[in-house]
Amino acid sequence: MTCCATSAGLAVDIESARTGGPSADEILFTAKTLGDGTYQTDLSIPSMHCAACMRSVENGLTALPSVTSARVNLSTKRVTVKWKGEEAPAFISHLDSMGYPAHLTDEFVFGKDKTLSELLLAVGISGFATGNIMLLSVSVWSGAEGATRDLFHWISALIAIPVIVFAGRIYFRSAWNALRHGRMNMDVPIAIGVSLAYSTSLYETITHGEHAYFDASVSLLFFLLIGRTLDHVMRDKARAAVSGLVRLSPRGAVRIGEDGSRDYIAIGEIKPGMELLISAGDRIPVNATVIDGVSELDCSLATGESATRHISPGADILAGTHNLSGPLVIRATAAAKDSFLAEMVGLMEAAEHGRGTYRRLADRASAMYSPVVHLTALATFIGWMVATGDWHHAITVATAVLIITCPCALGLAVPIVQVVAARRLFENGIMMKDGGALERLAEIDTVVFDKTGTLTTGSPILQSESTLDHTQMRIAVALARSSVHPFSRAIAKAHSHVPNTVCLEDVKEYPGLGVEGRAAGHAWRLGRASWAMEPFVPNRTTNGTVLSKDGEMLVSYDFLDVLRVDAVAATGALREAGVRLEILSGDRKSAVGQVAAMLSIPAFSAGVLPVDKVNRLNQLENSGARALMVGDGINDAPAMIAAHVSMAPASAADIGRSAADFIFLRDSLKAVPLSLKVARQAERLVKQNFALAIGYNLIAVPIAVMGQVTPLIAAIAMSGSSLLVIGNAMRLTAGEGWATRFASIRWRVRKVVDA
Amino acid sequence: METLLYLMPIALLLGGLGLGAFVWALRSGQYEDMDGAAARVLVDD
Repeated sequence: MTCCATSAGLAVDIESARTGGPSADEILFTAKTLGDGTYQTDLSIPSMHCAACMRSVENGLTALPSVTSARVNLSTKRVTVKWKGEEAPAFISHLDSMGYPAHLTDEFVFGKDKTLSELLLAVGISGFATGNIMLLSVSVWSGAEGATRDLFHWISALIAIPVIVFAGRIYFRSAWNALRHGRMNMDVPIAIGVSLAYSTSLYETITHGEHAYFDASVSLLFFLLIGRTLDHVMRDKARAAVSGLVRLSPRGAVRIGEDGSRDYIAIGEIKPGMELLISAGDRIPVNATVIDGVSELDCSLATGESATRHISPGADILAGTHNLSGPLVIRATAAAKDSFLAEMVGLMEAAEHGRGTYRRLADRASAMYSPVVHLTALATFIGWMVATGDWHHAITVATAVLIITCPCALGLAVPIVQVVAARRLFENGIMMKDGGALERLAEIDTVVFDKTGTLTTGSPILQSESTLDHTQMRIAVALARSSVHPFSRAIAKAHSHVPNTVCLEDVKEYPGLGVEGRAAGHAWRLGRASWAMEPFVPNRTTNGTVLSKDGEMLVSYDFLDVLRVDAVAATGALREAGVRLEILSGDRKSAVGQVAAMLSIPAFSAGVLPVDKVNRLNQLENSGARALMVGDGINDAPAMIAAHVSMAPASAADIGRSAADFIFLRDSLKAVPLSLKVARQAERLVKQNFALAIGYNLIAVPIAVMGQVTPLIAAIAMSGSSLLVIGNAMRLTAGEGWATRFASIRWRVRKVVDA
Repeated sequence: METLLYLMPIALLLGGLGLGAFVWALRSGQYEDMDGAAARVLVDD
């Protein structure tokens, strides 16, 4: 029926069980009270794509009894749910069953993005003023004289006031901040140019002068604000898509009191010695020791290893790991601030200090540009003073120089290219955190990969199995589907086309061992060999995972760590692009060696600790190499900060995602060479744009210094150079061609029609 | 010249109306979910 609802529906059997989701307690704990018993919960649903998704989510949620309203925001992929009652409705599991895995979000969207509203308002006001003042200016240029010209100037001055106040303050604020800290940025010459242009024009108007530059100062702000707003929207979109996926640390846990009472407490209130109840599917909130219960722990995000760890009472467990199969009672051994996750954050902060302070290209350019411009204007003023002694004329000419050199094109040269590049990356499922990252990416000569979860998918796949007859196969798949163990999921995934027709009874999961179920009078077990064949062949030394019928082995399964999609093609493309490749992994040497051989990467190190990863990257940096770190786990996060620039898949731990400069949402590793290509193209275009802007100045400045620039020439020159720079930036999208774009639009239209 | 006396206010008023409409749209949150608004057109309940 719907485009993505169907595909999402297939995946749900496996995925929803794995993510587990927050408990009802946690939902209640994070809900915002709206008064009179109504609560508001914000959920992030990354798999919403289209109108049909939006409708099913909204209708599905409002169908729940206690939900009063649900409103989707498709841009941020979030839904705001309002509900009544004492207990939180089961919206997460309900959405899961519809095929939309949902997560609680961190921050509430209080309706508005303040900065965006301010920017849009500034664009609106300056756009209105630019249009009107330009109309008035055209009549002045076409020969309005005397009282009419004065009237037009006065009206222009009035219209320009709100622009200077609303739009100008964004630049004045930023310029003031930069100057106060002894730095220089592009906003300083803009602020000086605009305010000087406005005040001299006002003076001209009062003294019935001929030349007023209201149009120039206002349209300058208008052009620059468009660039700034686009930049903001792009970054905001990336941030919204990245935040609110799976959270690593829960917001709290159920405490078991000494009298056996249970209450939900916030993570900050957990103290060492407290006993906590962790249900299957939850994450471990703090470092702890297991007191009761047997389960399996997914430590992949912490150690980078894909194999699960079997735990029983007495085991020490780390915060942030994922409890898979059975409920546990644990005793906290550290508070949240002293736990494993917090240590990693500390390591990342230390790495951040070590990173050389990178200065944005635009800031470096303006640090050279501004003094030159201001000195030229000053020299012009002094020159005309000496030559004519007419200070009014000298100031007018100096202002004209400032306006003509005001870095309109220069201010657009970098951001517009980055916006276009971000757009191109976004269309390919790559999110960019900020423009500086793109500049840094263009400089790299080394790519360092993590193995598990980056070069490989992190979840094993079924490698081989001997033949099973139809019924046996269906039973095996049905057993596998009832479990969340990575191996079960691998079996279920490999046989996703097998229909669910077998009716299993008494399905029970034995943590650390496997699943058991009864069908047609026989006991079927899928799991650890020694356990599955237990009743009849107790001591046989078969390893691995098997399917058994009343203790008799039917088939054994082998699993393989698989390479991420296009890993071979991607590493090949990177090698062609002239970068050196390297693997740093925390995994066993044999496993790393195997992957390195498959990708023919000779430089690899296995069993590397997070600290050693950081050291290696620092070593690279010191030897003059510029490294891109591609990783996903918490153990990679400090190294990602230490690297020149970093990248992570969307499946990464949230700590890894927040450390990364780029995040790719699709499975294919081709995102890495593609980003590199776009970054290098962008760098070339930025340089061309700088050359264009400087070339324009070389022609225009002498004319301005000679005092030949009228407001008409200034307006034409400024708009002309801006358009030239924007047009050049648009060439970055030209790679796609119109045909493919047209096809994709048609495809989208068809999707909608189908829905 | 006299025509300017009423033409100018009219021009500014019309432009101002446009700006007012934009500010109203911004204030009432119509720019917060551009993708959603585009998709909602297609939902028929």
